[in-house]
Amino acid sequence: MSGDDELDLRSLNDEELTQQIHDDLYDGLKEEVVEGVNILLGRGWAPYKVLTEALVEGMRIVGIDFRDGILFVPEVLLAANAMKAGMAVLRPLLIETGAPRLGKMVIGTVKGDIHDIGKNLVGMMMEGAGFDVVDLGINNPVEKYLEAIETHKPDILGMSALLTTTMPYMKVVIDTLKEKGMRDDYLVLVGGAPLNEEFAKAIGADAYCRDAAVAVETAKELMARRHNRLAANA
Amino acid sequence: MDDMDNRDAAFPELPPGEDFAFTRGRGDVLLIACGALAREIVALIEANRWRAFDVQCLPAIWHNTPSRIPEAVRRLIRDNKSRYRSIFVLYGDCGTGGLLDKVLAEEGVERIAGPHCYSFLTGNERFDKTAEEDLTTFFLTDYLARHFDKLIWEGLGIAAHPELLPLYFGNYTKLVYLAQTRDPALEAKAREAAARLGLAYEYRFTGYGELGLALTARA
Repeated sequence: MSGDDELDLRSLNDEELTQQIHDDLYDGLKEEVVEGVNILLGRGWAPYKVLTEALVEGMRIVGIDFRDGILFVPEVLLAANAMKAGMAVLRPLLIETGAPRLGKMVIGTVKGDIHDIGKNLVGMMMEGAGFDVVDLGINNPVEKYLEAIETHKPDILGMSALLTTTMPYMKVVIDTLKEKGMRDDYLVLVGGAPLNEEFAKAIGADAYCRDAAVAVETAKELMARRHNRLAANA
Repeated sequence: MDDMDNRDAAFPELPPGEDFAFTRGRGDVLLIACGALAREIVALIEANRWRAFDVQCLPAIWHNTPSRIPEAVRRLIRDNKSRYRSIFVLYGDCGTGGLLDKVLAEEGVERIAGPHCYSFLTGNERFDKTAEEDLTTFFLTDYLARHFDKLIWEGLGIAAHPELLPLYFGNYTKLVYLAQTRDPALEAKAREAAARLGLAYEYRFTGYGELGLALTARA
């Protein structure tokens, strides 16, 4: 670091540094977040501990302030960019060292829609929370979802749409799953600005997720319920 | 496509009457509209010397937070129902996911047909026809071309953080300027906006499209 008034991250103890990474994430300071992550790793922190206590917790705070109208989309995107940079450092280490996996999600924006900001945030936060995420990108016809389900055998199918004109396509996907007798094999989570609980219920999704933080919490809760149900039926 | 059918032929643009300027608070048909359409609505009222209409607008910036629109429209309807012969809403669904239509059905008020202003300004049928080829198109109207810097370049944080540009516009390939008026200065702004966003540029003159037709039917 340079400049008289800049903070030397190495001078901070673990607790202060973790706090500082939260602040740097909040401010979207990519380089500082990467530096903080590397310092914690250098001090012997397990990659999973850095991920959850520094990055995920930092983004959780960003998510709360976004929901409360304190932060707006540009700030959240900058924070996400910073988290992404930190995750890039951690990802190979997490694979090496192993970390608790909560399940697998296939996620994509539906056919006719190219909007992916929310979908990308959900994917990143789900990965941070311990889910394996297969991102299908944008403009996905039902065939692409089915193919991905077949290939990756996920626990969760996530669909996103920003347009009122494209959100009904989620029902096409869910109805196809029903026709094939596959609907109950997966949790289906849906999200996107024009959606609401009522719509999610009407099309037969398991839940509507209003933002990335809610998506993570909902996925964890529904996965836990699913495990309990399976255990009870065993 | 350089120039679309001029749908304004249904109501020829009259020269503005010297003695007619729109005045709020008159008229017995209330138009509840998105602020992004205010200028166009007033232009139509004045060009056609319509005396039937009064206009109340909600903030155009709610385009980014459409969940605020339905209940705000409901409030305006309830506050004004007894004072007007009728009320007509100039919003598309506009990202409310059907909630605006639910409110309007409950309040017994109609709105202009179409999912959003890009569609009804173009003409809903025509907009649908090009939907597939326009999948990666970012649209500007006169309003958005005029306020591009404030609403998009600065509003989305791109001016301060150019690294956000690909996150917002990485999936787009083309900017189409849906022009309500023939204004070379606005066209230049739209063309420049496309260049700044790194998108191909296309100009389509729409006129006031179904906005004009809907008002003609209620004047």
